[in-house]
Amino acid sequence: MSATVSPLREPLVQGNKSYHDITEDLISPTERAPGKEWLAIFGISAVLAGFMVFCILWTIWHGIGTWDLNRTIGWGWDITNFVWWIGIGHAGTLISAILLLFRQKWRTGVNRAAEAMTIFAVMCAGLYPLIHMGRIWLAIFIFPYPNTRGSLWPNFNSPLLWDVFAISTYFTVSILFWYTGLVPDFATMRDRATGIRKRIYSFLCFGWTGSAKHWQRWEALSLVLAGLATPLVLSVHTIVSFDFATSVIPGWHTTIFPPYFVAGAVFSGFAMVQTLMLITRRLLSLQNYITIGHIESMNKVILVTGTVVGVAYLTELFIAWYSGYIYEQFAFFNRAVGPYYWSYFGMMFCNVVSPQLFWSRRLRRNIWVTFFMSIFINIGMWFERFVIIATTLARDYLPSSWSYYVPTWVEIGIFVGSLGFFGVLYLLFTRVAPVVAVAEIKSILKSSGDQYLAPNTKHHDEVMDDYQEAVTQGKVYDTHHAHLESH
Amino acid sequence: MTKNREVIFGLYDDETDLMDAIKVANKDHLDIYDVYTPFPVHGLDPLLGLEESRLHIAGFIYGAIGTLTAFLGMTWIFTQDWPIIFGGKPYWSVPAFIPITFELTVLFSAIGMVVTFYTVCGLGPGVQNPILHDRITDDKFCIAFDTHSVSSINAESFLKATGATEISNKII
Repeated sequence: MSATVSPLREPLVQGNKSYHDITEDLISPTERAPGKEWLAIFGISAVLAGFMVFCILWTIWHGIGTWDLNRTIGWGWDITNFVWWIGIGHAGTLISAILLLFRQKWRTGVNRAAEAMTIFAVMCAGLYPLIHMGRIWLAIFIFPYPNTRGSLWPNFNSPLLWDVFAISTYFTVSILFWYTGLVPDFATMRDRATGIRKRIYSFLCFGWTGSAKHWQRWEALSLVLAGLATPLVLSVHTIVSFDFATSVIPGWHTTIFPPYFVAGAVFSGFAMVQTLMLITRRLLSLQNYITIGHIESMNKVILVTGTVVGVAYLTELFIAWYSGYIYEQFAFFNRAVGPYYWSYFGMMFCNVVSPQLFWSRRLRRNIWVTFFMSIFINIGMWFERFVIIATTLARDYLPSSWSYYVPTWVEIGIFVGSLGFFGVLYLLFTRVAPVVAVAEIKSILKSSGDQYLAPNTKHHDEVMDDYQEAVTQGKVYDTHHAHLESH
Repeated sequence: MTKNREVIFGLYDDETDLMDAIKVANKDHLDIYDVYTPFPVHGLDPLLGLEESRLHIAGFIYGAIGTLTAFLGMTWIFTQDWPIIFGGKPYWSVPAFIPITFELTVLFSAIGMVVTFYTVCGLGPGVQNPILHDRITDDKFCIAFDTHSVSSINAESFLKATGATEISNKII
């Protein structure tokens, strides 16, 4: 068996698991009463979410005047948070769709939770434009429907309307993709359950039987949905970047925005996946399914996308200087050394400098380093959006209207509360569905389980150790030759 | 409406046992009613003679409907129903229609395919299909025979000979 597998592949399922062990390990957490840690985190999240609801109602009741936005700075924390959450929502589909097309088997360990994270992050993101409208009860006006006002239609030439379509499509497709993946696992839960639980999961699993023809169609559907979701995920943040790029504000009106935003979105999304997975694997004891190898793979994506983002920052600076356009030059000068210099510094440090630690294999495989790095990146990417939005607006064409913006307690409350709201949704999800895709893990067991790879696994670590040693001694190391020799 | 069907089925512990058994069944010309597995087993489709799914063709058609709906809809609205000049641009400003056209293509295709998938599989909210055994969604691989096309005795001796660990029958 193991002969067909590359000797450099690490096992993705550890602990000598059988198919039944996988079912037990992944589904039993939903069948137990929640632990103390879960209850504590859920309690805190619920309180924060409640505070968010209060702050939103406060905003709707008293109006947007409860925020510190002014004539100069019309977009503040609200749109910053919107872009931040949407960016986080990009990792799930990237993992489930793009990595499926690239046949990356490690995605099976994290795709379910990442997709759930995507859906919840998009829900958080969607709140902000709605509240920002002011009169939220008129939110239906953004959709084109025949109405008694003419019919008066929305402006299809506006990037803000493209956003409505992009995000609602993304949300819908993500839910369809996620739920279709969940159906076979709900069937597994149904067949283990009794009483009311059995009736609930019978309903949720849509009568799944596991018939060969159904599996065949299920795989065909997953593949085509992945093919559709791949351009979709790239389009969503591209369109979000159009909100800025199609305007005539110096610092926003740049053609680099779409790829730069997409890379940043993947970067922040993976950081949030790391934050969540490190907590989840500990709370639910999933160390055999979300291995150090998975964490390292995600850290590699973080390193690549973080570096892409860094190149984009430097390109922006260069083009601002090279354009010879004084307003553009001023916008970037102001970002770096203006009144909000601290946010620019935070952005550069968290997003560009700190991920460079991940060039070291040892640090990529260190759980605590990964955890702190993921928090750093979450903060850094929030700063990035704040830099782009608020600091750019604070210094516009007319010095007489220059302004400074500090959020009020209401704005802070809505943001901090949205973290709680996200936490509530994610924690509930860990109670009702398996956080790791059960059927998909079973399908990779024979090619990636440690019992099938055992001789090679040892070899992998040996090779890497020998390689590290050779590098530190300044020698050239031939991995392929070493592999042949050791047999 | 559905007439009662008695099936006799055997459970195997591993997908390789299952595949070997199906090969034997094919050689003996035993007509398999269905095969149930806990996860998609690759290589099963040619053994069972399953044709490739045509879902992707359906997906293309739904996508094309989405493309036309979005593009023609915006065209009609901005050239016929209520033409408005935005920023001195032409009424029919095609580049600005591309993002929404793309999004609706994806949306129609995804929703259409998912609905088609559940419909052709006979699955859906609240559907109760007969379950042969509780472990089929866990770790057992099942071959089922319809007793109308394969006699119980033949099926049972086949299942025993090919290493089924549990044999049973059920009216579905």
